[in-house]
Amino acid sequence: MRGLQNNALKISLTHPSFGSKSDKISRTQNNDMFNFLANPARFSRLSSKMKPWVGCLTLCFLLFGLWFALLSSPADYQQGDTVRIMYVHVPCAWMAMFAFLFLSTFSIIGLIWRHPLAHVIAQSAAPIGACFTLLCLITGSLWGKPMWGTWWVWDARLTSVLILFFLYLGVITLHKAFDDPVRCEKSAAILAIFGLINLPVIKFSVDWWNTLHQPASVIKMSGPSIHFSMLTPLFLVAVSFICFFFYVLLIRIESILASKRLETLHRQCGRRAQ
Amino acid sequence: MIRAFKSTIHRELILLYRRGSDLCLTVIFFLLVAILFPLALGPDQGLLAQIGPGVIWVSALLSSMLTIDRIFYADFEDGSLEQFVLSTHPFGIFVFAKLSAHWLTSGLPILIFSPVIGIFYSIPLASYPVLILSIALGTPALSLIGGVSAALSLGARRGGVLLPLLALPLLVPVLIFGTAATNAAILGTPVTPSLLLLGAVLAATLAVAPPITTITIKQAIN
Repeated sequence: MRGLQNNALKISLTHPSFGSKSDKISRTQNNDMFNFLANPARFSRLSSKMKPWVGCLTLCFLLFGLWFALLSSPADYQQGDTVRIMYVHVPCAWMAMFAFLFLSTFSIIGLIWRHPLAHVIAQSAAPIGACFTLLCLITGSLWGKPMWGTWWVWDARLTSVLILFFLYLGVITLHKAFDDPVRCEKSAAILAIFGLINLPVIKFSVDWWNTLHQPASVIKMSGPSIHFSMLTPLFLVAVSFICFFFYVLLIRIESILASKRLETLHRQCGRRAQ
Repeated sequence: MIRAFKSTIHRELILLYRRGSDLCLTVIFFLLVAILFPLALGPDQGLLAQIGPGVIWVSALLSSMLTIDRIFYADFEDGSLEQFVLSTHPFGIFVFAKLSAHWLTSGLPILIFSPVIGIFYSIPLASYPVLILSIALGTPALSLIGGVSAALSLGARRGGVLLPLLALPLLVPVLIFGTAATNAAILGTPVTPSLLLLGAVLAATLAVAPPITTITIKQAIN
């Protein structure tokens, strides 16, 4: 704990923004926030205050979303009630990509600014993203069986999402692969940044290749081609998934910080005993 | 700087030559994997010609994975990697030289022996130039991307399992475009799109992979 705090202090002292007073106020405020969160104890206090709110938001949006998705939205004229798988599948796919972007962003922040919390956030985000990717693959498979007549096809969209899943597994494994925690964080961060190449491939795979998976129908230049009644539950569920992501993220960050603190305390006790 | 590059390649090749078995191991492994498929699937020539390019590529991928962990590991263990970092030449030169040496000792033998597999799989003779060209474009990318994974897993616990987990997902584009080019040549459809894409993958990895490998090894050492 003391080690981490010292680390945070050192970073706040050496951070360039503290040297120049001519900075714009907004920028210094941003940097203050940046450094404010560098202290794990402060972050834990903040996150324990935020957690119930984020949890409530998740529950509200999920209940509304499910009500719209399962009861209040129409069945598709071709697909019937199977279309309701979309309300889980599509948000999961968005979350899978969002979580990887999030993971890579915090890896970049961790590598460049050496923010003490950034790698912890990245480490916490990786398994959540992996779960969303797996859910996306499973729900897609369940949807594919009645609609395409097959659980799985090797088209570009499915393959690139499967690769995303393996990239997540690689990042998670690297986080535990070395005895030196700094080494773990940096290696995982480099893989996360390298893996960013896959995200545009996933997004545009349906345009570049002739895939069985349908092309984009919500996020595209000409506006969504889905009716409003189906778009509402889709977005409600998506927002609830985002809230859920942050809820689990906060829990995981707290637990990682706690385990780090425990480790430091153990080490201190050991040193005192000698 | 060029001298440093040349002497590093020279050193790697001598080391490999003195060790002897490694070079043969790559080739034997490559041939063995490719021979297993006809034994498992039966000797139907039409089927074999169809799966031939894919089998050649999968075997190439696996056999280059076999030796990729050694390019940095031995030097990491005995500390000569640190000496490379401390030398007056930029460290990237040594990394690039080591990657080139790996291609010379694993990519090039695969390139030479791939027509042999082609004969086993009765791939039509007219499509051999495309097969060889696609392997010539693809195997350097295998070495380069494999180098990134080898650097990432340098000195890891369970490094042997970790390396393929990191490398294989990243190598999928090479596999897809390499196989697509040869298949197109066999079917008589245009081969240039796949070859161009393969070249693009190689160009991108050539620009991106050595710097990332260099950074990764540097942070692994200190």
